[in-house]
Amino acid sequence: MKTPLYHHHLQLNGRMVEFAGWEMPVQYSGVVAEHLAVRQRAGLFDVSHMGEFSFAGPQALALLQYLTTNDVARLAPGQAHYSLILNEQGGIVDDIIVYRQGPEQFLMVVNAGNLEKDWHWVLAHNTNHADVVNRSRETALLALQGPAAAAILQPLTEISLADLRRFHCAEAHIGSVAVTIARTGYTGSPGFELFCRSADAGTLWQTLLEVGGAHGLMPCGLAARDTLRVEMAYPLHGHEITDKTTPFETRLDWVVKMEKGDFFGREALLKQRAAGINRTLVGLQMVDPGIPRDGYTVLVGGKPIGFVTSGTMSPLLKKGIALAMMGIQHSAVGTKVSVDIRGKERQAEIVATPFVTPAT
Amino acid sequence: MQIPEDLRYTKEHEWVRVEGKIATVGITDYAQDQLGDVVYVELPEEGEGMSKGDTAGVVESVKAVSDVYAPLSGEVTEINVALKESPETINTDCYGEAWMMKVELSNLDEVDELLTPTQYAAFVAEESE
Repeated sequence: MKTPLYHHHLQLNGRMVEFAGWEMPVQYSGVVAEHLAVRQRAGLFDVSHMGEFSFAGPQALALLQYLTTNDVARLAPGQAHYSLILNEQGGIVDDIIVYRQGPEQFLMVVNAGNLEKDWHWVLAHNTNHADVVNRSRETALLALQGPAAAAILQPLTEISLADLRRFHCAEAHIGSVAVTIARTGYTGSPGFELFCRSADAGTLWQTLLEVGGAHGLMPCGLAARDTLRVEMAYPLHGHEITDKTTPFETRLDWVVKMEKGDFFGREALLKQRAAGINRTLVGLQMVDPGIPRDGYTVLVGGKPIGFVTSGTMSPLLKKGIALAMMGIQHSAVGTKVSVDIRGKERQAEIVATPFVTPAT
Repeated sequence: MQIPEDLRYTKEHEWVRVEGKIATVGITDYAQDQLGDVVYVELPEEGEGMSKGDTAGVVESVKAVSDVYAPLSGEVTEINVALKESPETINTDCYGEAWMMKVELSNLDEVDELLTPTQYAAFVAEESE
């Protein structure tokens, strides 16, 4: 599948790869340059491959409360939150963002790789017939991220971005294009996510690149998106979080609101909490040279006690960093560990995350 | 893509410059382009012996890990230590500053088995189809 910006990516010499069934740009000029652009100036990502489901009507809130772990009732119109969809065992079906656009109007953004699964999940559990529509194909999503994002975007829109707080969204225009501007993103740097109709994506993309050029804006691919999120220790479904890991094992307790009432997976979580949690996600930073990669074994005293779920060379720290799933007794910050990097034990240390503190 | 006329090549995308019994080895322009930003390099030890086809080093980009294979048999006489500090040189000067190792050859006949520039160009064209 191709996003509405496919030809724009080719024009910019984007290196295209297959990702979750989509042909997406993995990089344009280079991962490190794109990563640093987002940390120091601004970057523009096409994330139109992600899915958008709308929920509306009197049953919408109840359905979302049942399907997701965070407390949707706490969201005021124009507000959003990070949340999870769990299965019966408390495993994470997907991590999502829920936007409340009106009293009875919501938008759920899901991962591209889980789009079909999530949609079937929503339909299967929509027993009270909330008004749900899969808007993924008609919706494009651009992420403008970096300390210069507001300076680039403000002259283009009528709303005051200074008044748009983190995890809030507003309806607006960029020129003639109707957009929903959300102060959200997956990079850790300040920025916005812009929803528009697929037909308008090219105009929006072009406008942002033209205006952003003076601010050092660069088009960025999926590779930089990944290194940026690893530096922030943000989880990625299929890596840190999966259908078999629970929020308590992945440090996502903060998006699970047990007190809100019943939701899918709640019983399993209660049981797990009573039984005790025996593994957890940690941040690792290499002491020795080398880059820890997904799947590498983590050892303490020569004994395997965990594995890397995502790893990279941090373009900002210029050191190997990783997220790893570890036995809970070895998860304290400061613990000396080693990583088996192609047969050689390399020294690393458990560190606090995020790995970096981006400029604002 | 550059394929200098005075070098020989392998199907694993190493280049070799043979001067007497000494071979200088690096990775090709095609290889560095495929890898993207190179951020880490592992080299053999000086004095290490190697047989053709052995893993002689590792080149890692942000997203990929790639082994470097010994294109010829012999003993490592020198490694490019500067690469450890600035692996990104591989992206900017793969045939020059970013040479990886020098090997004293133990079997000069193996040189004839390496690809000529024309053969390598044809191989890359086929592989990138």
